[in-house]
Amino acid sequence: MNESVLMLTLMAGIGLGTPLVFGTVGEILTERSGILNLGVQGMMIFGAVMGFWATFVTGNLWLGVLASLVAGAAMSLIHAFNSVTLRVSQIVSGLALTIFGTGVAVYIGKAGSDPLIGQPSKAVFEPILPEALSDIPIIGPLIFGHDAIIYLSWAMVAAASYYLFRTRPGLTLRAVGEDPASAEAAGINVSRVRYVHVMVGGALAGLGGAYFSLALVPSWQDNPIGQAGWISIALVILASWRPWRALWVAYIFGIAGRLNFTFQTLEINVPATLLNMLPFLLAIIAMIVLTSGKRARFLGAPAALGIPYFREER
Amino acid sequence: MADPAQISTPPAVELRKIDKSFYGVLANADVDFSLSRGEVHALLGENGAGKSTLCSVIAGLYRPDSGEMLMDGEVVDLKSPKDALAAGIGMVYQHFRLVSNLTVAENLALGNPEVGLRLSQSELEAEARELGERYDFPVDPTARIWQLSVGQQQRVEILKLLYRNVRILILDEPTAVLTPQEGQALFRAMRSLADEGRSLIFVSHKLHEVKQVSDRVTVLREGRVVGEVATADAEPRDLARMMVGKDLELPTREPNAAIGEPVLVVKDLVVADDRGLDAVDGLSLTVSAGEVVGIAGVSGNGQRELAQGIVGLMKVSGGSVELSGKDVTSTSVLRKIKRGIAYVPQNRLGMGLAPGLDTEDNLALKQFREPPYSNGPMLNQKAFKTKGAELIKGFDIRGVRPGLPIRLLSGGNLQKALIAREVTQDHCVLIARSPTRGLDVGATAVVREQILAERDRGIAVLLISEDLDELLALSDRLVVIYEGKIVGEMPASEATAERLGLLMSGHSEEQPA
Repeated sequence: MNESVLMLTLMAGIGLGTPLVFGTVGEILTERSGILNLGVQGMMIFGAVMGFWATFVTGNLWLGVLASLVAGAAMSLIHAFNSVTLRVSQIVSGLALTIFGTGVAVYIGKAGSDPLIGQPSKAVFEPILPEALSDIPIIGPLIFGHDAIIYLSWAMVAAASYYLFRTRPGLTLRAVGEDPASAEAAGINVSRVRYVHVMVGGALAGLGGAYFSLALVPSWQDNPIGQAGWISIALVILASWRPWRALWVAYIFGIAGRLNFTFQTLEINVPATLLNMLPFLLAIIAMIVLTSGKRARFLGAPAALGIPYFREER
Repeated sequence: MADPAQISTPPAVELRKIDKSFYGVLANADVDFSLSRGEVHALLGENGAGKSTLCSVIAGLYRPDSGEMLMDGEVVDLKSPKDALAAGIGMVYQHFRLVSNLTVAENLALGNPEVGLRLSQSELEAEARELGERYDFPVDPTARIWQLSVGQQQRVEILKLLYRNVRILILDEPTAVLTPQEGQALFRAMRSLADEGRSLIFVSHKLHEVKQVSDRVTVLREGRVVGEVATADAEPRDLARMMVGKDLELPTREPNAAIGEPVLVVKDLVVADDRGLDAVDGLSLTVSAGEVVGIAGVSGNGQRELAQGIVGLMKVSGGSVELSGKDVTSTSVLRKIKRGIAYVPQNRLGMGLAPGLDTEDNLALKQFREPPYSNGPMLNQKAFKTKGAELIKGFDIRGVRPGLPIRLLSGGNLQKALIAREVTQDHCVLIARSPTRGLDVGATAVVREQILAERDRGIAVLLISEDLDELLALSDRLVVIYEGKIVGEMPASEATAERLGLLMSGHSEEQPA
């Protein structure tokens, strides 16, 4: 039963969804502070290459994870500086970050006498719990059959949700994203809150990227992440800026990304190109349905999202 | 109040030679100010006199360019509102600083270091409720801010500061958004806070309020202090002279010419607001040629939706709008303009004018499709210049330079430009929302003259305003709306502030006050 096509699809969907969970929850935290970061794709690729590199050099997966977190955060710092301190257009800055991150990652992959490109990873994330647990029908693999990063992502989602809705800093974050002037009047340092959450978002995106190069496709290619960064940004809206919902929608998209393979196994003849398009089509349809008309207001978009805040504006 | 013991103690707050300018425009110059413990100190001045800037300096929002601030005799350097709050200074801004999607309790907890890391909604709510009861300010702590009336939101603002235990409260034009009755309740609360030993700064440009609630008055004009007096010794006339710099001219109003045929007829109009609730709820209204009908009401009772529903900017979900006998309920905005609706919106920049275009372009904004501005698909630049220059001169719009974005003009000149454009197109109805809001005395007088001139030309004028003085000065007939419905109607000659105030707060005429 655990080897059925359905189970394999679900397991693969969870795996493919995991980078999206990190990317989406990271972007949720960023956007909750009122900053729109369209550089997720760039931060993810950069995290992927730096994580891969660190593990390649040291052989240690956790140093790879650390490197990807730092890489993502460092890249997002550029965006934080642009949008919080310089108050430039967040859209332009985010897009630039994506282009920059992609270019840098490709360059790093090809640099040096012994380039990373084409190399397999020195270590790969594997399921961590005893195999006996995974033999339990259905829930065995679904709950016990994962690698450490997937468990980390669940803990991260729970923590992010608790943080947002049950702690004082979380309240502060929500207030800054809704109404920075009011937050400032309440004695909150708007710039600091924004910097911190843009960087946390960047770090999580970087880790999401590394999950591709250290687990899903454990080798270096020019772009191991596909378009996961862009999908993460769309998922923020589908998740209506809530971490738990981000987990579910990320898994749905992970499964959609796996359907190509599933259909082949089942010998259902649908053109592969059409199925590869499915996650994007799903994103577009879901966005149209969710954001049309009156529903948009109840979606929970932070009211100050994308608007630069300048204290002495009159 | 003037307790001998206090003379030796230093003032709670003292400002010495404060300067503050914005982009080269001086907002405060050489300001000295002192606030004693337990007093209500009024800051009086025209719009643009620098009251709000001065308050923002005390509250730590703006940093002065030069000068120093002392608290209890010690020099302090407030770098942010956070510093000010920590020092015990809090401000209720004209535009409330409440996060509208959060609850009352969450707003109270926001930024408060005494709230623990973990948020317990129930504890927060209990505390908020207790605080509200202690100061006789009952509010529902679980309500989200957008669900509250403006008066209730103001209470939350004050509670928020009391929750932080501030000693110095700054209230920036707190009565501007309140009904007269809500204003009286606020004044009682202010007195009891002062009696507790707190100091209050009360900003206003209304003399009778200052006279009623304050102990001392500092008058500002053009960013400078022009006088400081004990309220008891001050004659309203003297205060007015200090404030304006010359003797105040009361608006004189010629009785209106003969009222003509009905022009704008609104029947059972229903308009939903952004939340999908019926903000205008079955409202019927007639405005005749040569008549000014004033719509009075506390803001947020359907004024915006009424205006935008008639003009066509918001969708009408029921009822009808007729213009000179023709139904225009669901015709496009452009057709309504052509049929003769002129509109002066409340939001001058943004809705009324295109901020980034220059004055000449803005003046042509509603007529540029037609000759002489355009010739088929081509624009006639020369006509923009000549017609523009004509209007700029005719309406005395100052500060215009070629190519200068109109947003850089002052509020009064913006409004003159907007009115110039609206009244020079062919029209039979003028809808104006708070046309003198935020304007100084001079510009206010010009705008009022323009509106009365419109009336005398036989235009049907619908004036929607939250400012009773403005309504009383201009209207022939007053209609009061409350929650999207008309709750009272009277000739302007029979209107009193008290009667209007009761109606505006939802008391119908039949009920005893």
